[in-house]
Amino acid sequence: MVHVDRPAVIALEGVGLTYPGPPPVTALRPCSLRIEQGEFVAVVGPSGSGKSSLLNMLGLLDNPTEGTYLLNGLDTSAVSDSRRAALRGSHIGFVFQSFHLLPHRTAQENVELAMLYRRTPRRVRRRKAAEVLARVGLAHRAHALPTHLSGGERQRVAVARALVGEPALLLCDEPTGNLDSGNAASLLDLLGRLHREGMTIVVITHDGQVAARGRRTITIRDGVLTEVDTGAAAPC
Amino acid sequence: MDRGAGRSRLATRDLLSEAVAGIVQRPARSVLTSLGTVLGVGAFIAVLGLTGTAAAQIDTRFNRLTATEVTVEDTGGRDADRVPLAFPRSADARMARVNGVEAAGVYWKIRLAPGQSVRSSQVGNANGAVSQTPVVAASPGVLAAAGPHYVQGRGYNAFHESHGDSVAVIGSATAARLGILTLRTQPAIFIGDTAFTVVGIIDDVERKPDLLLSIMIPRASAERIWGPPQDERAKMLVSTDLGAAAQVAEEAALALRPDHPEYLRSIPPADPKALRNAVGNDLGQLFLLLAVVCLFIGAVGIANTTLVAVMERIGEIGLRRALGARSRHITLQFLAESAALGLVGGVTGTSLGTAVVVGVSLQKEWTPVVDPLTLAAAPALGLATGLLAGLYPAWRAARIPPVDALRR
Repeated sequence: MVHVDRPAVIALEGVGLTYPGPPPVTALRPCSLRIEQGEFVAVVGPSGSGKSSLLNMLGLLDNPTEGTYLLNGLDTSAVSDSRRAALRGSHIGFVFQSFHLLPHRTAQENVELAMLYRRTPRRVRRRKAAEVLARVGLAHRAHALPTHLSGGERQRVAVARALVGEPALLLCDEPTGNLDSGNAASLLDLLGRLHREGMTIVVITHDGQVAARGRRTITIRDGVLTEVDTGAAAPC
Repeated sequence: MDRGAGRSRLATRDLLSEAVAGIVQRPARSVLTSLGTVLGVGAFIAVLGLTGTAAAQIDTRFNRLTATEVTVEDTGGRDADRVPLAFPRSADARMARVNGVEAAGVYWKIRLAPGQSVRSSQVGNANGAVSQTPVVAASPGVLAAAGPHYVQGRGYNAFHESHGDSVAVIGSATAARLGILTLRTQPAIFIGDTAFTVVGIIDDVERKPDLLLSIMIPRASAERIWGPPQDERAKMLVSTDLGAAAQVAEEAALALRPDHPEYLRSIPPADPKALRNAVGNDLGQLFLLLAVVCLFIGAVGIANTTLVAVMERIGEIGLRRALGARSRHITLQFLAESAALGLVGGVTGTSLGTAVVVGVSLQKEWTPVVDPLTLAAAPALGLATGLLAGLYPAWRAARIPPVDALRR
């Protein structure tokens, strides 16, 4: 894999993930994948296929057992655990199926949390959080507790939290899994808008409606990655 | 690529406010969790405060009475058989001349002859006989040194003593038993066959409370009728100025019997410090042990609850790790929370303990005494308890892999 102009946001080269046994379980067979800046990629597959393993690895929550993973051109297999934490904080925005909002904090405080481990001054945190909440259309709900928000609103707070650190990559794990169809559609509209603004987005889903929004679709089955639409990725 | 080149960092202020948020957002649980520490630190303060207060109370009593009391015993030395009474007749006056002496007097218990008793009339035995009442020979100095309170009349003095007058001072209870209601009629009591005019009735003494139940007659009269002491040897009660007791005790024998100081032995008051320490040691250690047990229970409570909280907040741990927290930050956060809980418990316990000390002192009319150092150390004790209790749960929390944590 050679960098032409600028490094790809994600470049996997022969990356595989095997959980040590006994018995050893191969979650992801060695594969290569390249995702460029500004792409909107959907990863689909049945449950247990290895989707989450791929997401954890892309999100630096798990280490590949073979191959190299370059995030924005940086070899992530060589960095220490605490450095990986810093990379997660600065490069990756996570959106989870179950939102993972702190129940006793307001929407704004939940968004601010994403800047806590970067020593951003409190005043700046507050201002940025308010800005991002306005961007996802929740300025009026900034001081509401998650328990007082609808599912769609909660997920938009989670998106705001993922965006506030200005990540290079937005990783979404079944973002519509807990939403009704109306809320799901409006969240997908939001993701589409972010994509048009230049954000690199990887969505893991088993929902065909979500996958249809992606410009590229990658299928995983039994730990094997298959590129469906374009030939940009090199299947394993 | 320069972004994220550094490490994740967490400002101390943010760490503390996260810890405080963790506590105030679950108020009921926080209160219950810190209860053990509250009790432990409260008991600690209450024990130290109450023993300190009691010790200070002992001090003041010493200052007022015991610390100013010296007893001189007549041992007779080697001549005990030959010299039944070593105190000279002028003992009161000799002792009064010693620096620091307020008053001093000689006393002993008189052994009445068989068949002799104390009666309120000359004839007849049945009515008003108070045979059990001890009769004490007491020089006027004893009356002065004992600090009696007269309900009627007054004490005898050196004049009565030197003239060998037959007068008596009796306690109010004895007076009631003898049927003496007033001194206006100059009532007399009969000890054996001798009539003694009652000149004073007392209802309280500061020292030697047994005098309240006795009949006191001048030393000269006692010697004239019954002779020198027979059963018990004589003693001298000396009241001194504050701080003079030890010195007076040292000089007493020589001042009274320069020719035979070995006949006499002085008993100075006990060292108040030694007594205070004794009190502190006996009770205090037991209660301190109790306080330590309370603190231990408190620590186990915090540890247990924090561990449960770790398991409960596993999703939050995963989220924080995803947001860039290092495992160290997770450790620090849970440690800070348990330490803050301990501190809150410590401060509350200190307040409660102090309130207990003040309350008890108020009820006993004591002056509450709490060492300021103890007050300062107690919240720190709570903090340390919380920190220790949080070590294991915080360590556990940091070891949870973020992937596992986010799966919940």
